[in-house]
Amino acid sequence: MADEQNPGGSEAPSPPTGEGQKPPANAAGDAAKPASPKPEANAPPKPPATMAAVAWDSELARELKERFGDGILATSTYLGQNFVATRPDSAIPVLEYLKLEADFDYLVDITAVDWPKRAERFDLVYIVYSFPHNERLRIKIQIADGFEPRTAISVHLTANWLEREVFDMFGIRFAGHPDLRRILLPEDWQGYPLRKDYGILQQDARWVQENLGIESGQ
Amino acid sequence: MPDTFLDSTELVLNMGPQHPSTHGVLRVILKLDGEKVLGTDCVIGYLHRGVEKIAENRTYAQFNPYVDRMDYVAAVSNGLGYCLAVEKLLNVEAPPRAKAVRVILTELNRIASHLLWLGTHALDIGAITPVFYCFREREEALKIFEQYCGARLTTHAFRIGGLQYETYDGFERDVKEFCKMFPAKVDEYEELLTNNRIWAGRLKGVGILTGDECKEYGVTGPLLRAAGVKWDLRKAQPYSGYEQYDFEIPTRENGDTYDRYIVRMQEMRQSVRIMEQAVEAIPEGPILGKVGKVIKPPVGEAYVSIEAPKGELGYYVVSDGSTQPYRVRVRPPSYINLQALDKMVRGALVADVVAVIGTLDIVLGEVDR
Repeated sequence: MADEQNPGGSEAPSPPTGEGQKPPANAAGDAAKPASPKPEANAPPKPPATMAAVAWDSELARELKERFGDGILATSTYLGQNFVATRPDSAIPVLEYLKLEADFDYLVDITAVDWPKRAERFDLVYIVYSFPHNERLRIKIQIADGFEPRTAISVHLTANWLEREVFDMFGIRFAGHPDLRRILLPEDWQGYPLRKDYGILQQDARWVQENLGIESGQ
Repeated sequence: MPDTFLDSTELVLNMGPQHPSTHGVLRVILKLDGEKVLGTDCVIGYLHRGVEKIAENRTYAQFNPYVDRMDYVAAVSNGLGYCLAVEKLLNVEAPPRAKAVRVILTELNRIASHLLWLGTHALDIGAITPVFYCFREREEALKIFEQYCGARLTTHAFRIGGLQYETYDGFERDVKEFCKMFPAKVDEYEELLTNNRIWAGRLKGVGILTGDECKEYGVTGPLLRAAGVKWDLRKAQPYSGYEQYDFEIPTRENGDTYDRYIVRMQEMRQSVRIMEQAVEAIPEGPILGKVGKVIKPPVGEAYVSIEAPKGELGYYVVSDGSTQPYRVRVRPPSYINLQALDKMVRGALVADVVAVIGTLDIVLGEVDR
């Protein structure tokens, strides 16, 4: 039954039909995501290569492309949810533009996804919402380990704690953040737990011994 | 005697993590000038369990019970949000019967959550009586959960694709009885508090957050509605069949602690309205949609959010096509609303901090995850 959801290999998975989407023309999928899928035999292929997203075309998408040119890498939609891939340095200008010109006045969330096998190993995801248009949008950038994206605090104050959490969990430092400290973990904790190379049982043994007086917190 | 009998000096006061009015293990470092708050720093994470990391190491179904442990006073809402997110990835929908029962249980849970908030908030302010009344009615709601699934708080009531269990005999009767009994109880609470001079005096004008400030800080839920923004995800982006039910979004204008109290009281009445409509017409049919025994969504990602009792609760789930989620990000309303605490208490008195923490209605299990 589960296989019904994902019948084929990586070449042309039939996308679950989102709201009012056309069937998955291969060309459309490839246009949205230029990277070609790798063979299944190797490690899991890159996610954008197989996510059956199709190109998203709308007035807003065209406006963004016009305004930011090649700063916008792709505008796609999957399951009726739209997202925009941008160059790392375009993310904040895009957020600002969306807020000031397109009424996306509410930053819902900032989070990251770790893809350790990729050169730009982190996806940084901004979710914004527009109260006037009742519309949601995701802005995604790919960044390498050590790259410091600009903080979004100048655009949305919410970004403060959200970026602190991303820093805490992934070790992504945000340039210009006024108070970039760990937020959920102790300040002197070593390691970034939501990175894929951080094991589920792994912990900062030194911290546990020094602060809890036990050998292991497990 | 010197001219200035007592000098006013800045003082750092540590509130929590073990403090009865922080509603859990929240530590707030207050910078004070006398009794006036100059600034705050929230220290959180005492309840951090790494829920998002656990998700990556469990199957989709195995992770389902974990979400109940975030906002543990509104576990049903947590479960609904997670199930809807995975269902979105699988592109399946729960059958109509499951949707109706989901709505009933979620609204019942909203009432239970608001009752816990009301009782403890009033207790913080100094009103002892409401907490007993609130817990009395909350007990009736929890009894329905217990009958339905055996658990009172961490219910794990829903399954990806539908319901965990068929409803028990007498479920509809119990819900109807609750709906009949409850509005009079809300009147009772309001009689104790709404026109109470001490209550109004402690709450009015305290912790004001305007609509624009709410948007700026990402603050959602009753806080946003009390500031005059008529926005509720159940109306804006209906899920689980909420579009079928007739209900109002209560709003107020001032955005202070008193207005948030009024909004939540009215929300409880609206929840009863929704439950009454839903329980009248629970469709017959299956309780589980077409999901396989092994849940394996295709490669992709989805963000799905619901109107939890505390605000927008979102799940951003990334699938790599395996049986385990590649990444589950929870967008917790408590965490993001708590960030506005500093804005709300700057310039206020220490006693107001207690009122504001109460009105934020945070659950530290959700803040820390």
